[in-house]
Amino acid sequence: MIISVGIIVIFLVIALFLGITASRGKDMSLEQWSVGGRGFGSIFIFLLMAGEIYTTNAFLGVSGWMYGKGGVAFYNIAMLNYVIAYWLTPKIWAYGKKHSLLSQSDFFEKAYNSRFLGMLVAVVGLAALIPYLIIQLKGLGIIVSEASYGAIDPKITIWIGTIAMIAYVMVSGIHGSAWTAVMKDFLILGVVLFLGIYLPIHYYGGIQAMWEAIEVVKPGFLTLPDTGFSASWYISTMMLTSLGFYMWPHTFVATFSAKNGNALRKNAIMLPIYALFLLFILFVGAAAILQVPGLEGGAVDLALFKISTQTFNPVIVGFIGAAGLLTAIVPGSLILMSAATLFAKNVVKPIRPQTTDQQIGIIARYSVPVIALVALYFTFSGGGAITLLFLMGYGLVTQFVPAVVCSFMKKNPLTLQGVFAGVIVGVTIVGWQAATGVHLSKLFPSWPSYIQDINIGFLALSVNVFVSLMVSIFTRKVFVKNDETIESI
Amino acid sequence: MTQKKVCYLLTFIAYFGMPLGVPFIKSAEPYILGLPFLLFWMVLWIFLGTGLMIIVHRINPDAEEEVE
Repeated sequence: MIISVGIIVIFLVIALFLGITASRGKDMSLEQWSVGGRGFGSIFIFLLMAGEIYTTNAFLGVSGWMYGKGGVAFYNIAMLNYVIAYWLTPKIWAYGKKHSLLSQSDFFEKAYNSRFLGMLVAVVGLAALIPYLIIQLKGLGIIVSEASYGAIDPKITIWIGTIAMIAYVMVSGIHGSAWTAVMKDFLILGVVLFLGIYLPIHYYGGIQAMWEAIEVVKPGFLTLPDTGFSASWYISTMMLTSLGFYMWPHTFVATFSAKNGNALRKNAIMLPIYALFLLFILFVGAAAILQVPGLEGGAVDLALFKISTQTFNPVIVGFIGAAGLLTAIVPGSLILMSAATLFAKNVVKPIRPQTTDQQIGIIARYSVPVIALVALYFTFSGGGAITLLFLMGYGLVTQFVPAVVCSFMKKNPLTLQGVFAGVIVGVTIVGWQAATGVHLSKLFPSWPSYIQDINIGFLALSVNVFVSLMVSIFTRKVFVKNDETIESI
Repeated sequence: MTQKKVCYLLTFIAYFGMPLGVPFIKSAEPYILGLPFLLFWMVLWIFLGTGLMIIVHRINPDAEEEVE
């Protein structure tokens, strides 16, 4: 236990050191702090973005889903988002550079010429980010407490991890995240490759032998069920996540840090190959199915650690724990920074327009610990509803897609009012479903299951598009004689 | 302009190719490269899709303009 925890602590100290020294020699204006002065080349941007793939969610969540749900978990390795990213992110970047934008809300504020829209986007973005941060913190607690064989209370680790995160985000901003991302990705790839190859061979004699053994005990577990998590759920979820990936406030902002559009295009092409390493996390989850049976509900997230502690000595468990720690604090710090920038620039500034840019920079930095504490509060008080909140987060941010895509068209079909109405309707559907847990099969029992199983976020998006267009057509007609009315609202 | 259209067509295939096959996969067999068929299908399309996007990037007129 001392050995494994010692290794984790060493990596935490290195991460802190890298993060804090990363900012040396740079004046940390808000632009440097939050988008690295827009000077990051392909590799750095790549690591920042790819960091988004290898979060606690991938490490614990994907292996847990493989363990608990079987074939449904396969969708995790298909990152269709790169196809969309190839075309969309250079456009977002170019617009951001032209207008010196620092946050996602700035983009909406500029594109639709409305502070209120910027604020709405900031509030929805914050509502989606906080649960995402909570997931990282919860994961952090699980990882260290499991790696210490239960000796360390998860609460203590969560506190220490959070303080470390606050420290380097406040000092280094995005530079801290980028450097620790480099270390994280090397470590996680090593750990994932090792576990994913070693465990199937050790327990089953090979990878195919492992799948066959699972198929014997649980027939049909490696394909999709006919109802529930069926092919329609699978496909609509893949599409939802491919659309939502760059709509998170922090991933949206990460595109701004690129040096040029081609850095983002190359990055997009490389992304799926990088994501392929998730395959090995699937292998780990699959290996655990027959070796550590009996984990139910939320406990499936423990599958990776249960099989690791059962198989390996504390040194290896320590390295696995360290990799897990970094998957939580690196994305966590990026989320924290985006939330702080959003709050200062797009919530405080519109309310108090006389605030200077320098003050905004200070407010952004000092809201970091405040946001972290809010997330900590919910981490300790919240129960199993967290996963629901996370899915809700994806559903929420995806509602921005129509407004972003349309803003790049030669003639934007959407008006400000249309965007407002669409986003609010979409967000309401997602929030309402998450709060009540209603499934479409309850509401419309006569509909065929391939419609009932469609991911709710995807349905909300369709309604959003419809409402946005309708309201836009309507407002165009009403204000047709006075175009300025639309713009000034 | 036609180059741009080819780009869009290839992009379209890269995006929809994999999802379109999913509803027809009803069994873990045949295992290919040691993977259940659904998983193999996903991995196959990661490579096919990436290949297609590399071609897109080669012929995309937008990408050339920004070379420094």
